[in-house]
Amino acid sequence: MSRVKTAFRTPWFWAIIGIALLLLVNSIKNPAYLAISVNPTTGLLTGNVLDILRISAPIIMIALGMTFVIATEGIDLSVGSMMAVGGAVAMQTLSTLDSNSVGAMFTAIGLALLLAIVLGAINGILVAVVGLQPFISTLIMMLAARGIARVITDGQNTNATNEPFRQLANGQILGLPTSFVLAIAIVVLIALTMRRTALGLMIESIGINPKASRLAGIRPRPILIGVYVLSAALAAVGGLFSVSEVMTVSVGGTGNLMELDAILAVVIGGTSLAGGKFSILGSTIGALLIATLNKTVLFLGIPAAATPAFKALVIIALVLLQSERIRSFAFSRTKSSGTPTGPATPAATESTPVSKEVVA
Amino acid sequence: MIEPIAIVEVRNASITFPGVKALDEVSFRLLPGEVHTLMGENGAGKSTLIKALTGVYQIDSGEIVVAGQVRHFTGTASAQAAGISTVYQEVNLCTNLTIGENVMLGHEVRGLAGVNWRKTHALAREALARMGLGDLDPRAPLSSLSIAMQQLVAISRAMVTDSKVLILDEPTSSLDANEVEVLFGVIRRLRDQGVAILFVSHFLDQVYAISDRITVLRNGKFVGEYLKRDLDRTQLISKMIGKDFESLRALGSNRQTEARDRTQTPLFAAEGLGRKGAIEPTDVDIHSGEVVGFAGLLGAGRTELARLIAGADKADSGTVRIRGKKVSLNSPVAGLSQGIAYSTESRRDDGIVGDLSVRENIMLAVQARRGWFRRVPAREVDQLVTTYMERFSVRPNDPDRPIRLLSGGNQQKVLLGRWLATNPDLLLLDEPTRGIDVGAKADIQETVAELAEGGMGVVFISSELEEVVRLSERIVILKDHQKVGEVVNGPEVTAESIVSVIATESGDEAEEQADALAEEVAAGDDRTGLEGSAS
Repeated sequence: MSRVKTAFRTPWFWAIIGIALLLLVNSIKNPAYLAISVNPTTGLLTGNVLDILRISAPIIMIALGMTFVIATEGIDLSVGSMMAVGGAVAMQTLSTLDSNSVGAMFTAIGLALLLAIVLGAINGILVAVVGLQPFISTLIMMLAARGIARVITDGQNTNATNEPFRQLANGQILGLPTSFVLAIAIVVLIALTMRRTALGLMIESIGINPKASRLAGIRPRPILIGVYVLSAALAAVGGLFSVSEVMTVSVGGTGNLMELDAILAVVIGGTSLAGGKFSILGSTIGALLIATLNKTVLFLGIPAAATPAFKALVIIALVLLQSERIRSFAFSRTKSSGTPTGPATPAATESTPVSKEVVA
Repeated sequence: MIEPIAIVEVRNASITFPGVKALDEVSFRLLPGEVHTLMGENGAGKSTLIKALTGVYQIDSGEIVVAGQVRHFTGTASAQAAGISTVYQEVNLCTNLTIGENVMLGHEVRGLAGVNWRKTHALAREALARMGLGDLDPRAPLSSLSIAMQQLVAISRAMVTDSKVLILDEPTSSLDANEVEVLFGVIRRLRDQGVAILFVSHFLDQVYAISDRITVLRNGKFVGEYLKRDLDRTQLISKMIGKDFESLRALGSNRQTEARDRTQTPLFAAEGLGRKGAIEPTDVDIHSGEVVGFAGLLGAGRTELARLIAGADKADSGTVRIRGKKVSLNSPVAGLSQGIAYSTESRRDDGIVGDLSVRENIMLAVQARRGWFRRVPAREVDQLVTTYMERFSVRPNDPDRPIRLLSGGNQQKVLLGRWLATNPDLLLLDEPTRGIDVGAKADIQETVAELAEGGMGVVFISSELEEVVRLSERIVILKDHQKVGEVVNGPEVTAESIVSVIATESGDEAEEQADALAEEVAAGDDRTGLEGSAS
């Protein structure tokens, strides 16, 4: 019982329930939804679940970066645009190099990461050194980065050919999409870094009480700049995964509104927007839920106009389930006829008078 | 003697939190026209009982009877509706509104065209007059009043509904002696009007000045209810801590009077250390193994000076030498790396990191010094955490508990552990005993004496002058953001003699007074020197 209760209190528990329910709904519509088959021409596995995993890779990346920013009591609204920057740099580089070599792929990835790190550092400096509000700093960057992406590609939706790069999203490792495997590897690597070193503790400490953390000798600036750089770099990786699916960057569309998906994934995963304790596992599961939801919307054929409303409904239901207050309200009604609790027991009414050691 | 009927009666109330029985079959009553003080160490259950009475917590078993009726409080509003009003330690008023608006908030007189401010303010004036505050202008902004007067306004506000029960949770913790007297005047007046008053304070003198009746709690259990005249202070303290208190008595001998060789290079020496708007340029020396007290009223510059010494604030003038070597203390990191640890005045705002565990809170400063990459190994963590949790007997003894769930005194002990874990040469303690109970206070005072004996330099800041006088070897007296004097402790130095220095009106006179006191001490030292150490 107590284990069940603990599970109820774990925010991502409800995200897993949500994923299961969405898959169930899809399976009801088409019983073959969960089936996985082999594509005869490519020899790769195909299936809806694999599609979900593939599109989840970019969301996992931006949600991961967002987790640490939010833990420091900040927010990074520029991750969607940063995806476009990463994609634009990669596509432009690959189309210029026009080579199928692995070297060209690494050049493209390296340049994309480099620019993202510079832009992330600007975010971090605006927040940590200049002292601007994270919301404002990254809102500015959201607009600026989208503009930079346009400049890089000359406003064109650039496409390129590079087989190794295309394999990022379209290849498979042990039957799983390469981008998803890479995303999970990055999650594990960063989780280990956060928890094996004291970085995670310091990020949480700054997010909970910045003044006390500073007096305890934690330098807030490098850590704050670091989380914004990390967020931007991960967003660029997300952008690479995203453009590698179709080998085209859409300067207006790549990563558009994805910052909201990232924030939702983090919140669903149990990291409070007020900062402090963060859950990497939670954010990853949150990202998987968002990916499942995105695919479900398409699969159920929900009209494009109604899509945002449908997503909102699912997310509100989930957030309400996570709220202890709402849960206890709902559950206390269902079992109110159970054992009477509280002060009305007979033992309490015939209580002894106030005992006194000394009475005047 | 026939006792009047209790207006509030708590019968065998229990409240259980995960892992802790916060209240265990506690009974308590409030009689009209009496001031009833609730005493107990931190974690004894005082706050929990108050929160049960104010409807913040609900009791698991037992009952609360108000005016003969059993009540189940579901929130603070229902407790208020039952006639129980509360004034908390921190003033919860709106400083941007007027005095009258604050008093009448939620009870404004409504007329045809909205609130009738004229009548509202008239009623506010009446409510204030009932407290003996008739000379306050209800139309003046609240922010024009001192904290003490705001506290009284808060009481007026609580009493506007004609409550029969008033709960005062540590109302005096930020007041000076005169202000406490004014507050007590108001409390007595309300008591004489037949209001039942529940009073909580950590200041024994105040408890004995105002109480009629005292109930003692310990570890969530009811120990006893006593009339004040039947319980002397020693009995009270021993009931609270539940053991004999020879250790408390022994503290009197912690006062260090032996002469120190002041020619050797001090551990810490500041010359003209100052910061605009915070503290005038000040010279301070602190030697190893010495407890230096900073005495002065709240806002005299004690905290400001300590923050400069620790590097928590940047000084804009002066030089600092540590063991004779000039250093620059421009950040807490710089201070910590020079072996200076600073325990702040406000535990909650600048001290604890609430959601982190006790373990993480203890390790925070040590970890910060190592840097993020070199995590302190688990074995070392366990060792340090166990050491300090045992040394200060932190309760509950669970290093994984978030620190925000601990009582104030236990939080303070954890913080002390955090700073001691960094193994500092100089420890600055700003109000380490504020708002904590006698037992924990004695623990902390004892620790300070031990640390100094072990060779650490300690700066001790406290609003309780007796405490400063008892522990310090040397006392730096501050007034109006400047140092007005410095005295070596001796038999002539008492809380009163320091108060008389502080109470002198102008800074120059205060300096003269301080010099005179210092001379007297010097003369006294000669005398005792001739007579030998007869103390």
